[in-house]
Amino acid sequence: MSTLVLLVATGLGLSGLYFLIASGLSLTYGLMRVLNFAHGTFLTVGAYTAWWLATRLQMDPTGRLVVAVAGCLVVGAVVAAAVEIVLIRPLYRRHVEQVLVTVGLALAFTALVQGAFGADPKPFPAPAWSQGVTSVAGAAIPTSRLVTIFVAIAVYLAIAAFLRFSRWGLIVRAGVENRSMVSALGIDVQRAFTLVFAIGGVAAALGGLLGAVYFGNIDPERGTATLIFAFIVIVIGGLGSFAGSAIAAVIVGLVQQFLNYYASVYLGFSAAGDLGVVLLLAAVLLARPAGLLGRPERG
Amino acid sequence: MSRLNLHLPLRRGFAVAFAVFLILALTPFFEVPLPGIFSSPLNRPGTLQLLALCLTLAGVALSYNLIFGYTGLLSFGHALYFALGVYLPALAVTRWHWTLAPAVLVTILAGLLLPLALGSLCLRVGGIAFAMVTLAFAQAGSILVFKNPGHLTGGEEGLGLDFNLMPAALTGIVNTPNLYWIALSYLVFTFVVCWWAVGSRPGRVWQAIRENERRVEVMGLRPYTFKLLVFTLSGWLACLGGIVYLLLLGGATPAVTTANFSLALLLMVVLGGAGTLWGPALGGALYEYLDFRLVKLSASGGVESLPPLLRVPLSEPLFILGTLFILLVYFFPGGIAAVAARVARRRLRP
Repeated sequence: MSTLVLLVATGLGLSGLYFLIASGLSLTYGLMRVLNFAHGTFLTVGAYTAWWLATRLQMDPTGRLVVAVAGCLVVGAVVAAAVEIVLIRPLYRRHVEQVLVTVGLALAFTALVQGAFGADPKPFPAPAWSQGVTSVAGAAIPTSRLVTIFVAIAVYLAIAAFLRFSRWGLIVRAGVENRSMVSALGIDVQRAFTLVFAIGGVAAALGGLLGAVYFGNIDPERGTATLIFAFIVIVIGGLGSFAGSAIAAVIVGLVQQFLNYYASVYLGFSAAGDLGVVLLLAAVLLARPAGLLGRPERG
Repeated sequence: MSRLNLHLPLRRGFAVAFAVFLILALTPFFEVPLPGIFSSPLNRPGTLQLLALCLTLAGVALSYNLIFGYTGLLSFGHALYFALGVYLPALAVTRWHWTLAPAVLVTILAGLLLPLALGSLCLRVGGIAFAMVTLAFAQAGSILVFKNPGHLTGGEEGLGLDFNLMPAALTGIVNTPNLYWIALSYLVFTFVVCWWAVGSRPGRVWQAIRENERRVEVMGLRPYTFKLLVFTLSGWLACLGGIVYLLLLGGATPAVTTANFSLALLLMVVLGGAGTLWGPALGGALYEYLDFRLVKLSASGGVESLPPLLRVPLSEPLFILGTLFILLVYFFPGGIAAVAARVARRRLRP
């Protein structure tokens, strides 16, 4: 029983990380049909900013974490907005070129981080309370997993509220539905897109920081590695569907964690979770190519 | 437009292609030093091996060009089929103690079946989703290789070919010219297959799909069938390239399974000019050469003595190549082929 609770908690922690990356990807795709291959770099930016601040500030660990969170949020938003304005906007509506540019950025940036900070993972100085365990229903759950879950839920609620109640959220929702109609009504969808891009960057940067707490280290390759699972998540959830990406993140995280645990315990095979997620993707493609909450592509 | 241009200079094109082939085929007999370009004369094993790698990658870039350049399908999983060609014979020879011939034959067959099976799945979605799904399947292959199940693939260390089971003509430094000719044959074979395929009836449908898929559908053709055909053909050609690559290096390295390798193929094709024949071949060869030389450059004393602000970016080949890629997309969207065409047109019009 306690193993079950532990697996659910760690699985959901993983889901939280995937959701933080996938939410931004899903929104930018839904609004502008842009696949941002460099979305993983926002995660890397967040993680390395937080690490840089946390290792250099002379404060108590929790205060340091607060500054690190604030720093990584600001840097995530700024970097994402800059990428959108400088790299993606000039290639408006040329979708393949947009993908190519973000691919180039992802390659160059990962290489740059490796050159500057080394290719090996670096330990992340997380505060002691986040590295302890919390007892939930008789199981000792690492607190970092719980933190990840709570932050992901908070981000989900915040973005959902933004989409539901704010004027910009209304424009985004309408733009996902029918972008040309929104533009025809004289509303600047491009600016809404920059905003959505920045929100996606903030969520991903936060994902980078939480990943650093979750795994206890930072790694230049983690951005791309997580990004690939985030792709799987948004395809399973249905491209452009925000709620779909949240549901799919939960499913993917749990499937991965459970398969990883049981296959390595009973079969001695440690890659089962990752492969199982890809098989899940194959099954979804066979049964429902548009994804769980997606609608079939229109023209 | 391209068809109009093709017919008149076709004979000249043949003559140029044949001349290039002859020069490449005779290269192992020339003891020509090319200082600055290669560190040893042309017919030395080191230089020949680098040239052979360039030729192989040129062929693999051509195979990717079929699906990306001619059909307009953005696949991020092409490395998987190349890696199949690298790893399956290595496993068969080193782990299961087969001889090379049956290992290669089985791989050639598997290289047809795997893209057929995965293509029929991936092509259920189009556009950007197709890119993500192909990436996911390729990543599964990469994870499998890295996790080293049952100590089969060797994980990060890679997997060497068992030389006792290899034909003598393919091992040893003296026999580098043989490997070089194999690589050249692979490139010629791939080039001819691509040339024939893009001119064939399905080839024209691929290009029509690239221009306007909906219209192909309206004309009563099923794009799915044609897309599966090009997916399988290009995957198979990449798998053949993998076999040659394995023979050249005498072992399998896990780097060829990663997403970065798929992205490198994309870069080669865009560098040369997607949707032309010789452009991606040139792009593939040039990329491999640059990658090799940049690694050398970053290890050289010249870069080491630079201030950190310059040294860090310059010592990372992927940083230079990624930046080059971004600049290409902005300023030379058609790659080398488009620049060459522009120069040629200017010369025609005085």
